Amino acid sequence: MSKISTLLKRCAMAGIVVASTAFAAGGDASGPAPAFTLTTLGGQASGLSAYKGQVVMVNFWATWCGPCQQEMPLLDQMYKKYKPAGFTLIGVNVDKEAPAVKELLTRKPVSFPVLLDPANQVSKAYHVDEMPSSVIIDRKGQIRYIHRGYKPGDENDYQDRIRQLIRE
Amino acid sequence: MRRSSLLLLGALSGTLLLSSGCSLQPWVKPYERDRLADPIMAWDRDAISSGYMDHIRESREGSRGATGGAGGGCGCN
Amino acid sequence: MIAALLLIRSTIADVLPDDRADVFYSKYSGGGMDITGYSATARAKITENFAVEANYFIDKVSGASIDVLSQASVIKDERKQKSGTLEYLHDKTTYTASYISSVERDYISETASFSLSQSMFGDLTTLTLGFADTHNTVGENNGTADVPKVAWVGHALSRAYSGGLSQILTKNFIADVNLQVITDAGYLANPYRSIRYLDPLNAKGYSLASQVYPDTHTSTAVQVQGKYYLPYRAAVTALYRYYNDTWGVVGNTYELDYTHPIANKWIFEGRVRYYKQSAASFYSDLFPFAGSQNFTARDQNLAALDNTTIGAKVTYAFLPDGWRMFKRGTVTADVSRIRFNYLDFRDIKDFGLPQYAPGTEPLYQFSATVYQLFLSVYF
Repeated sequence: MSKISTLLKRCAMAGIVVASTAFAAGGDASGPAPAFTLTTLGGQASGLSAYKGQVVMVNFWATWCGPCQQEMPLLDQMYKKYKPAGFTLIGVNVDKEAPAVKELLTRKPVSFPVLLDPANQVSKAYHVDEMPSSVIIDRKGQIRYIHRGYKPGDENDYQDRIRQLIRE
Repeated sequence: MRRSSLLLLGALSGTLLLSSGCSLQPWVKPYERDRLADPIMAWDRDAISSGYMDHIRESREGSRGATGGAGGGCGCN
Repeated sequence: MIAALLLIRSTIADVLPDDRADVFYSKYSGGGMDITGYSATARAKITENFAVEANYFIDKVSGASIDVLSQASVIKDERKQKSGTLEYLHDKTTYTASYISSVERDYISETASFSLSQSMFGDLTTLTLGFADTHNTVGENNGTADVPKVAWVGHALSRAYSGGLSQILTKNFIADVNLQVITDAGYLANPYRSIRYLDPLNAKGYSLASQVYPDTHTSTAVQVQGKYYLPYRAAVTALYRYYNDTWGVVGNTYELDYTHPIANKWIFEGRVRYYKQSAASFYSDLFPFAGSQNFTARDQNLAALDNTTIGAKVTYAFLPDGWRMFKRGTVTADVSRIRFNYLDFRDIKDFGLPQYAPGTEPLYQFSATVYQLFLSVYF
């Protein structure tokens, strides 16, 4: 009994370590950013190709996700600050229904483009495995960095990466 | 007590071995958690209220324990 | 007493819950007892990863339950409970530590507990492990309700181990299993309750004597529950709990819950619960003679009984979208009606000789109503 329980306890500890490290907040990534075309709330079509040559951050968010709401105003500030330098932020919303999104953006508007992905095709293409997720793409259309989740202070991390890519 | 602790350790290591890789992938994606994030899907919206009811039951019944739940929600961060 | 305080509360191991404050009023009325409770709770995040919660509860009891009524005088008492909790979130793990102190004139209970909640497997699975230690000091009031004279009669120590596994099964369905093993040792009886044994020399036909309880008790409870999201936006919950212990009590709980929201403003909830237990092995409503068994009890909590509860709860958001620093404000009313039915505990307060010989008095039954009213604000 005691030998088995020691073994099980060791497996448990190892498992907890593996499980927790598997969810590091951000990591360098690579590969071309999958192209996509989605519609805005207004019904106009737009996509990644509209921002060719710019540094793009694609932020996946939902109205039911608390941390997503928390980072929105900070993302807005960041967008306004770096837009003149050739940076764009695209908010990809994953809600299944548009009314809740419209209601939220009326109450708390943002200046960056928001595209709707109710069928979750773009989320799947970008392998979104955490909410919110921010994918930073360089001027050549290559994915350079993926940030998973949001905790206050992460916006500094975003800004460092963006500045680095703008300078390239 | 011995049987219960073995059961617990078994469940614990079973789940952890699952999560440490192998072929099984999470089948509900984070962007599919809108319903689970709805407050009506919380196990316990008002802990003070349910704690009070549990206290009343324990004062009048011979049983105790194992009430409560964890997990669910939006899975953000 | 302790397990309610050990409620492994809803943890979502990704972010700490919102800051919140509640003021709470409750009233329990039934079986000759009236209990009014007042409580205030507040929780706040000190940093994004660290939160504290504090609660203060006062219960005022008046009246007397049936077996005290059969023998002694009316009771009036006040219970004050204080608790503090610390929560720390690191990555996918939430660590919780809490301390609860409950003080009445004739009963003091202190519990320290610790639990760990780990989110894993793409946040689909949450594993929780907990541990708690309780120390109770039991007294007996030998005076009256208004002029008390409390004698301390014993101590009891209790240790509880809990484990829980919560699993998201589909986009609409979450399930959970909880296990809790509790061991107590020491003075485990209620000093106000007595047994009765047949005594032809007594006018009533029976005489009273002190209960004799074992000085150890170990119990195991396993609960499974599932919650399902209905497509039109509602939730249904089903729960089953199995309990057994070394005193021979076996308990089964069945509960069904339905939650129906309306937009962002109202949440209606209805619940039905059925509980049935078998008597403890050393329990009897009427013993044949004094000293017939090593252990004897006539505490109604250890009798064979069942109870049925019907409850309804309404939550109204008077601040659905917040106002200034408040994210949300709600007011909630909850009413439960419980019908208690004893299968081997007789009503000896209202019935006896000459009409009813000892052991033939009608079985005891009573109904109780529990009201709760609380105001909650979220920051």
